[in-house]
Amino acid sequence: MKKVGNHKSFSKIFFSLALTLSFSLSVFSQDAAPEAAAGAGDPAKGKELFNTNCAACHKLDKKAVGPALRGVADKYDKEWVYKWVHNSAELIKAGDAQAIKVFEENGKVPMTAFPQLSNQDIDNILAYTSEPAAQPKETASVPDAGGKTQDTSSGISNEVILGALTLVLAMLVVMLLLVNNVLRRIAKANGIEIGASEKSLPLWKAFARNQFLVLSSVVIFLLVAAYFVYGYLMQVGVDQGYAPVQPIHYSHKIHAGDNGIDCKYCHSSARVSKTSGIPSLNVCMNCHKNIAEVAESTATPEHSKAFYDEQIQKLYAAVGWDPAKQAYTGKTQPVKWVRIHNLPDFVYFNHSQHVTVAGVECQKCHGPVETYEVMEQFAPLTMGWCINCHRETNVKVEDNEYYKKIHEELSKKYGVDKLTAAQMGGLECGKCHY
Amino acid sequence: MASNKKYWKSVEELNENSSIVETLRNNEFVEQIPVDEFLGNKENLSTAGTTRRDFLKYVGFSTAAASLAACEGPVVKSIPYVVQPEEIIPGVADYYATTVADGFDFANILIKTREGRPIKVENNKLEGAVSGANARVHASVLSLYDSLRLKQPKIAGKDATWAEVTAKIKASLDEANGKGGNVVVLTSTTASPSTEALLAELKAKYPTVKQVVYDAVSESNALDAFETVYGVRGFAGYDFSKADVIVSVGADFLGDWQGGGYDASYAKGRIPKNGKMSKHIQMEANMSLAGANADKRIPLTVAQQKQALVELYSAVAGGAGSGLKNAEVAKAAQQLKTAGSKGVVVTGLDDLDAQLLVLAINAVINSEAFNPSATKLVRKGNAKEVAQLVADMKAGSVHTLIMNGVNPVYTLANAKDFAEGLKKVKLSVAFSLKEDETAALTTIAAAVPHYLESWGDASLVRGHYSIMQPTIRPLFDTKQFQEVLLSLLGNSTAYYDYLKGFAPTQLGGKSWNQTVHDGFAQTEVAPLTAASFDASASASKLASAKSSGLELVLYTKTGMGDGQQANNPWLQEFPDPITRVSWDNYVTVSKKDAEALKLENWNVANGGLNGSYATLKVGDTTLTKVPVVIQPGQAVGTVGLAFGYGKTAGLKEEMQVGVNAYALYNEFNAVQNVTVTKEEGDEHEFACVQLQKTLMGRGDIIKETTLEIFNTKDAEVWNPVPLVSLDHKETPSTEVDLWESFDRSVAHHFNLSIDLNACTGCGACVIACHAENNVPVVGKSEVRRSRDMHWLRIDRYYSSQDTFEGDVELKENTSGMMNSIETFRGMEDPADNPQVAFQPVMCQHCNHAPCETVCPVAATSHGREGQNHMAYNRCVGTRYCANNCPYKVRRFNWFLYNKNSEFDYHMNDDLGRMVLNPDVNVRSRGVMEKCSMCIQMTQASKLKAKREGRPVKDEEFQTACSAACSSGAMVFGDVNDKESEVAKLAEDARMYHLLEHIGTKPNVFYHVKVRNEK
Repeated sequence: MKKVGNHKSFSKIFFSLALTLSFSLSVFSQDAAPEAAAGAGDPAKGKELFNTNCAACHKLDKKAVGPALRGVADKYDKEWVYKWVHNSAELIKAGDAQAIKVFEENGKVPMTAFPQLSNQDIDNILAYTSEPAAQPKETASVPDAGGKTQDTSSGISNEVILGALTLVLAMLVVMLLLVNNVLRRIAKANGIEIGASEKSLPLWKAFARNQFLVLSSVVIFLLVAAYFVYGYLMQVGVDQGYAPVQPIHYSHKIHAGDNGIDCKYCHSSARVSKTSGIPSLNVCMNCHKNIAEVAESTATPEHSKAFYDEQIQKLYAAVGWDPAKQAYTGKTQPVKWVRIHNLPDFVYFNHSQHVTVAGVECQKCHGPVETYEVMEQFAPLTMGWCINCHRETNVKVEDNEYYKKIHEELSKKYGVDKLTAAQMGGLECGKCHY
Repeated sequence: MASNKKYWKSVEELNENSSIVETLRNNEFVEQIPVDEFLGNKENLSTAGTTRRDFLKYVGFSTAAASLAACEGPVVKSIPYVVQPEEIIPGVADYYATTVADGFDFANILIKTREGRPIKVENNKLEGAVSGANARVHASVLSLYDSLRLKQPKIAGKDATWAEVTAKIKASLDEANGKGGNVVVLTSTTASPSTEALLAELKAKYPTVKQVVYDAVSESNALDAFETVYGVRGFAGYDFSKADVIVSVGADFLGDWQGGGYDASYAKGRIPKNGKMSKHIQMEANMSLAGANADKRIPLTVAQQKQALVELYSAVAGGAGSGLKNAEVAKAAQQLKTAGSKGVVVTGLDDLDAQLLVLAINAVINSEAFNPSATKLVRKGNAKEVAQLVADMKAGSVHTLIMNGVNPVYTLANAKDFAEGLKKVKLSVAFSLKEDETAALTTIAAAVPHYLESWGDASLVRGHYSIMQPTIRPLFDTKQFQEVLLSLLGNSTAYYDYLKGFAPTQLGGKSWNQTVHDGFAQTEVAPLTAASFDASASASKLASAKSSGLELVLYTKTGMGDGQQANNPWLQEFPDPITRVSWDNYVTVSKKDAEALKLENWNVANGGLNGSYATLKVGDTTLTKVPVVIQPGQAVGTVGLAFGYGKTAGLKEEMQVGVNAYALYNEFNAVQNVTVTKEEGDEHEFACVQLQKTLMGRGDIIKETTLEIFNTKDAEVWNPVPLVSLDHKETPSTEVDLWESFDRSVAHHFNLSIDLNACTGCGACVIACHAENNVPVVGKSEVRRSRDMHWLRIDRYYSSQDTFEGDVELKENTSGMMNSIETFRGMEDPADNPQVAFQPVMCQHCNHAPCETVCPVAATSHGREGQNHMAYNRCVGTRYCANNCPYKVRRFNWFLYNKNSEFDYHMNDDLGRMVLNPDVNVRSRGVMEKCSMCIQMTQASKLKAKREGRPVKDEEFQTACSAACSSGAMVFGDVNDKESEVAKLAEDARMYHLLEHIGTKPNVFYHVKVRNEK
């Protein structure tokens, strides 16, 4: 669904781009015309090709691993570009002066050869890279406007209903007062005296005299108090929903949700260790060496693109990566994350037992992390919560030689087909407390 | 019911005219409280910065702030690596093979590291490894985190840089070279071929350099003897598993004799198999570990031992005897002769002739257990050269002195001479871990890394080459001795590269990487041939040995060794296997001598052991305030004293215990003539963990039998199942039960087997348990109050009669009340030469546990796999369980032992806490704790198998103690796995449970001790 949505917004951008282009810049179209005649490319196709083949190392307007590519067609001879793309190493080897210059200018990082790209493909890509840079303001306004209208529409409906209700209530109150006033006047007019009500016992005195009432209300009061005190005490030390501010605003939604990165790609030690492990920064750099900024569409009403880009810069500062030189500086500053899931010292919990052996989904305990902009503690992490799951969950015995004999004997003993973790001994104190 | 008693508050009240009483009657205090001082001055009050209202505001704010802060959980930071090393996964342990070679202990070991921190020592169980890590080696991992280590090099007591240090040494060497001044490199036994090579290079560059090797506890005579005969400076190798008769004359070969490490081969021959086991006869003065394990122990003075050795020699090789009239020695000699090549003789006598004679005896009988070609190279010290060095230094003829790994100011008997000589040396350098006695006096104190931070090599045995690799980056600004040697040689390569280049000559074709992985490499070596020597001359010299007066026999304790790890709280708290005294050394005296000298031991009301103080006088040296322990089995006419104590420099105050026995170690002779006199008035308070010495004839606690009965009679005779009364009928206790049993036939069921025949009492398991389970150290005064926290103790029992069997008989034959009281009182005293038995006792993990039924909060409960669980967080500390435990294995945390300055041991400093095992909880005050059967280890083994989708292999199940046990006495495993070793041991006829008649059905079982008494 999301992807579709993105396409739509992209196409909107394109539409607007196309409009602006067609209206404002006739010069370009004139320039482009002879190119098209000489087998010029289709920028739409070029974009697709660019994203699949080039985007890992090149950006249009910014230097990444390779140089920025916008306007590259104007810089170099087309035939030369074909050769370069098909096999740059050969070109350098052959001693092509221009090739050597480009190679040296870009930190002597050899470019991957793309022999599979036809000249037409390269033309398409060049067509795409020759498109002028879009005006950021205009493009940004499109998704923003869309977002806002959606938001406000739901907001208004709620407010309107509430407002209407308040209005009705207020009118009712006013009407009641009016009616009361009218009735009084009628009574006065009719000469009926509204006798001052007899001075009865004050309510509290009557209450105090009724011993049964006092007793029962004390009991009720104590019960209610006990209920709340119990509730209060039970939540002491339970940090469900704990979502501290982290030194780097890391969005699980963007990584695990939008981009669908597997949890265990970053938290790899969850497979073999007791800790799931906060990934070391070199893991981040596997991708972020190439991703120095987020796409426009990543920005949300809460967090702008600039905000997210700043977070990536924080990562670079921590890991000591100089994006301009595309090299590590060696100056590192380990990130002091705030730990969210804190088990007491007297509990032993092992991720690998649950993740690898039992095959429990990460989300079962950590919640829909792929939707979390800010990570928080989903589960209460209380012993009752652990035990409940151990009682309900069946042991995953399939294809595990370890369980084969044990399961056979135990299931016969308990007369069940499937054993729960509890039946396997998962409720014994010493299994978690030592 | 009003009482007319008058209570007196003080004597003063008797005096009617006392002004004080009068004042007190009218005023609460004798003197006015000087409130005027701060309230009287109105002006001062009114102008004070802090008014009463302000004060209240502050109080209110801080209370509110404190309570608010208390509501918030602490913010925990989590800091991942920037670049994670490939081999480290947080939460997963890594093991590295390395070698300990500290000049006293040598072994191939594995180091368990977590997140880059070494936390435990394990035995290297690869075929061919020189394994057998003792208690000190297991504890050495804590010495790495000693906060009193020398943290950077110092010149004249001031912090310096390594460049300055190297420059200074180099300048001095050049000067010495120019002037022809003597340069002496004084090292401990390095056993390191690469270091030797570097020193040779140094000698080539600076011809006046001379190397002197110094062992604090000298084995010079044994080395000289072996060198005379075989031409190599080392010790003969022994394989006791091949011997039927082992005769040891004063050799504690289960302790530190000739570098130790014989437990495994000895224990192998001690387990009765096909009706056979070795016979071990020990002749000695002090009660040693070997003596305690012997079938026959003959207490002899040192002079008598020498004569006994001659008797042995004359029995196997003919020739004149010594005239020693001792039927037991004669019998031993005869047995040795009968055994022929299946016999072996070893001696620890500090005498060249005795050592030569033993080599001769073993050669004559062609002993299979004796293998001179597998020469042990773990001692190289030369006592004569060290003595010469001290003389030279005093004469001022030593220009530069470079020391590595030695502490002569503490370990030399003539330390004063050495210190005096040190002043005449132009430049003295001490490469040292600690700012010890010597490093404090030298010009340069060069901080060296611990062996766990160093590269190195060691040749422990001929044809065996071991690699030492670092397991952590250096904690401090330290540099290895070898690195400095390299820079003195003008060689800019790092020692690691040098070693890598050097090693291939020693590896015999094994690759460097494989060697580092395994920890060692082996090569074929040519057998050694013996030179001929006149053994009969040695024999005749020994035959004339005579003792004059009381002999002091100096020895090393299993816990402390030569004393270089004196600042290690685990070792200080480790109870000596024989005396069970921790935190002390003492003079051991026989009962007879003690009576003559009026020396005493007694127990006081709080359960502590007290003893007299004695003064020891050897020649001109006097040691005062030496505590006395009356030692059963001590040969009359001898006293013993252990090295390694009485250290003062580089030690925390709590560790500065005992007296320095090195002061009496004149001329490196372990035997000295001594005068012992009692010191009147004062008494010593020991921290002894076991007060009862005998078993009181309770033969069912340690079941014993002789090999003869074991071979000829049914198991019912020597391993009877106790009978209990059921319906007034005698029924075997195994058939009577209060509880219904759980079905334990499914999945794992863990059992621990302890073979009392193989257990030598060495105590490696005790330290391994400390390291694995974060057992706290409580200190001397707490141990004295019986509040020691050892999860695993090794009980030591003496027989009251000559044998334990005699005790049982005596008990059985006692009748009548007065008679019984008399007999039992007598049975509390051990015999003069008792039999000794060791029994490791930890939580027995009873299937029908008495502790579980009395816990009011169900903090201790039973698991299906056999462990008795202890949930610390649930425990409220009623201690009912400890009171109801028949084995007395539960330990209570009387105090908070971590981060508490009252218990200033390793858990009180950041560095020391790095040794803690992150998989095991650190217990807090007020909870009970006990052996968990290392449930964290079995859980980890199971999890590993589950992840890999396979059943657990038998050898994977281990506990810390069973893994540390190099003698194979402790075997742990799953009895439901019928193929496992422990399942077979559980079916063995020798198997019995401790206190079987009370029906606790323990998951720990023992094997009947069989003695070869014939």
